[in-house]
Amino acid sequence: MSPLDLLVAVPLALMIAAVLLGSRGRLLLLAAIPVMAGLTVWLLLLPEGTAHIVGDWNLPLGILLRADGVAQLLVAATSACASIIGLYALREFAPGPSGSETAHGYAFWPLFYLLWGGANAGFLTTDLFNLYVALEMVSLAAVAMAAMGSLRAALQYFVVALVGSLAYLLGVALLFANYATVDITLLAGTARPDLATKVALAVMTAGLLIKAAVFPLHGWLPPAHAAAPAPASALLSAIVVKVGFVILLRLWFEAFPAIVAPAALDVLGWLGALAVLYGSIQAIRQETLKALVAYSTVAQIGYLLLAFPLVVTAAGSDRAWAGMTIHAIAHMLAKAAMFLAAGLMLKAVNGHRLEDLSGLVRVMPLTVAAFGLAAISLMGLPPSAGFIAKFLLLEAALEQGAVFQAAILLVGGLMAAVYLFNPLSRTFAGRDTPVTEAKDTLQTAAPLALGLLAVSLGFAGQAMVDISAGVSQAGPPAAAVGEVP
Amino acid sequence: MTLAFDLILCLMIVGTAAAALLTHNALAAIVFFIVFGNLLGLAWLAMNAVNVAMAEIAIGAGITGVLLILTRQRLMALGDDLISAETPGWLRAGAVLACTGLTALVGSAVLSVAPADDLGGPIAALLPELGIENPVTGVLLAFRAYDTLLETFVLLGALVAVWSLAPGNAWPRPPASLNLAESGGGSVAQAFGRLLLPLALVMAAYLVWAGSDFPGGAFQAGTVLAGGLIIAAIGGAVAWPRADNSILRAVLVLGPGVFLIIGLAGIALGRFLFYPPGFAKAMIVAIEYSLALSIGATLALLLAGRSVAPDHRS
Repeated sequence: MSPLDLLVAVPLALMIAAVLLGSRGRLLLLAAIPVMAGLTVWLLLLPEGTAHIVGDWNLPLGILLRADGVAQLLVAATSACASIIGLYALREFAPGPSGSETAHGYAFWPLFYLLWGGANAGFLTTDLFNLYVALEMVSLAAVAMAAMGSLRAALQYFVVALVGSLAYLLGVALLFANYATVDITLLAGTARPDLATKVALAVMTAGLLIKAAVFPLHGWLPPAHAAAPAPASALLSAIVVKVGFVILLRLWFEAFPAIVAPAALDVLGWLGALAVLYGSIQAIRQETLKALVAYSTVAQIGYLLLAFPLVVTAAGSDRAWAGMTIHAIAHMLAKAAMFLAAGLMLKAVNGHRLEDLSGLVRVMPLTVAAFGLAAISLMGLPPSAGFIAKFLLLEAALEQGAVFQAAILLVGGLMAAVYLFNPLSRTFAGRDTPVTEAKDTLQTAAPLALGLLAVSLGFAGQAMVDISAGVSQAGPPAAAVGEVP
Repeated sequence: MTLAFDLILCLMIVGTAAAALLTHNALAAIVFFIVFGNLLGLAWLAMNAVNVAMAEIAIGAGITGVLLILTRQRLMALGDDLISAETPGWLRAGAVLACTGLTALVGSAVLSVAPADDLGGPIAALLPELGIENPVTGVLLAFRAYDTLLETFVLLGALVAVWSLAPGNAWPRPPASLNLAESGGGSVAQAFGRLLLPLALVMAAYLVWAGSDFPGGAFQAGTVLAGGLIIAAIGGAVAWPRADNSILRAVLVLGPGVFLIIGLAGIALGRFLFYPPGFAKAMIVAIEYSLALSIGATLALLLAGRSVAPDHRS
């Protein structure tokens, strides 16, 4: 028994149940949450670098599943986000008053479990083709969820995501032809700086930059994330873009660190810096709340790439690595909280513009507080997890004399403050108390729990740094490797 | 002789692709696309990749072709004249340049790879352990069973995604009927449709069984089954079921479900997706039969599309 496969198999079993039962089976979530929580704790308790093959088939033919620091942190954050978003969605995707089911109410639950299982599959595998399949699982669910808001935005997302997938798959095929394996732990040992490898790495990276919505390939994200129903937006921004990011990590820092040119990493770093600036400026300019939060995702993804050049330089690279990983999970929790809170706020005022929020704090203080907690982490204020991440990145940048990156980190934080204080201050404005519908306790509690988690995880900073460092750079466990032809 | 055949085939593939791209008539483009898919299948066949050839012809040319024709029909029913706006010349030139550049880059990368040992050796060595002879089935259902398991869930998810597009008042009604016999003049479709479904069933069953040792398997069988179902639907021999039909839902999850249960049962014996020695072939065949049924139903329903409202005229 191992959590490495059960963390994927359990959501898939639930997907089958959801296809059979539809929204009448949505309360299965109440069984899923403790089971997935238990499996997550088990995963966190596994000794560093635990790995095993699937079935009876050794590398290079088979597939290796592995619990490294990145996987442990991201699976844990995914479990927390998916559980809480699922609780929020129980009311949104339920049968109607007469017990009649809607297409959205039916389809959300199978797609939700597909996304959950796909994300876990992606975080826990070391196989580049297996990662492609995981990417497909997550992208398909994401596109369908985006279509619940805007068919137009979803169609655009679909086409762009397909291009990204095909580019990635092309690279996988090239690597397989070149090395007769697609396992990153094996590739790490045999990587050669030849043309095929470079072309493969380039097309795969381009495809993944699309999937992770990195500037300037981010165009599909704001319309899709802003239009989707709140739980779907939260899943898309929190979890889906992280899968593309993790594959980038696997490629650049585990499979091919030996042949990657520093200049190429600098290009990714530059893209990250531009993403921070562009996403923040766009977020400041938005007049609707969900578009603002969606552009904030473009900016926050930028930090993940900004860290790439810092990770490779020897001095302080472990801090940069930890900062990058912690930023990924801090953004997951904070952005999920923010989209759920924004969904509740907009539903309460029956509008979508920032000016509609006037006076809202007087009717829904807890929801505004959840938005504020998420904002604290996104801005990088202490003691939040976002603060720990930015602090580690800043420390690494200064230690390496990377003044430019340090400046972007600080400016980005200030700009986040500008775009996030704007909606918050609106909720305090005006004298009128807006009339709103009755609130649902569970829906109010969900973003608050995520926001509290994003802020309080800052106190577990050292633990997260320790876990993130548990990346196995040492190659595959000997037991998993068969006869290499 | 073979060289001449290969050259002619290549020219025809490029020619049909160009024709599909350059024509302004949507129906002509679709027809050229279908011919292109069939020729590509022939090319795979010429390279002895029979499994890939079958998949390309069945899915790339067959199902995709029908899907395109149906889409054209529905767009025309909506009043779309199907004439794409004239693209500016610089955009066309840019697209040609970008595609040529990418093709040259990827092409040179492919040619730079020395034809070296692939995994053919180790796969051939492991096949006797499974008791099967078709290496593709070995890869799909044993060595890379985890990938295949996840893909079956992607396919199931795709159908759920299509279903999620149903308009508010339509769920869970059946998709629009494809029945040509209803509108008169469909007697050929009617007779053919009734005849083909039993044939497709027999052929699908054979393809799964043969798939252990010869080219074939669950995916090819599922596609044949889907083809039979679609033609039967066009001939009026079968009607699309409602989305809340519990037998239908059970058929859809049968393949992924059996696969997952066998995978989880493996945990009791050691590891996820572990087949106990001596039982590998039995388990593979069980997975493949259930998968073929689910894939056939899923592909046919993917083509049928979302639920339509009662007042809908197709």
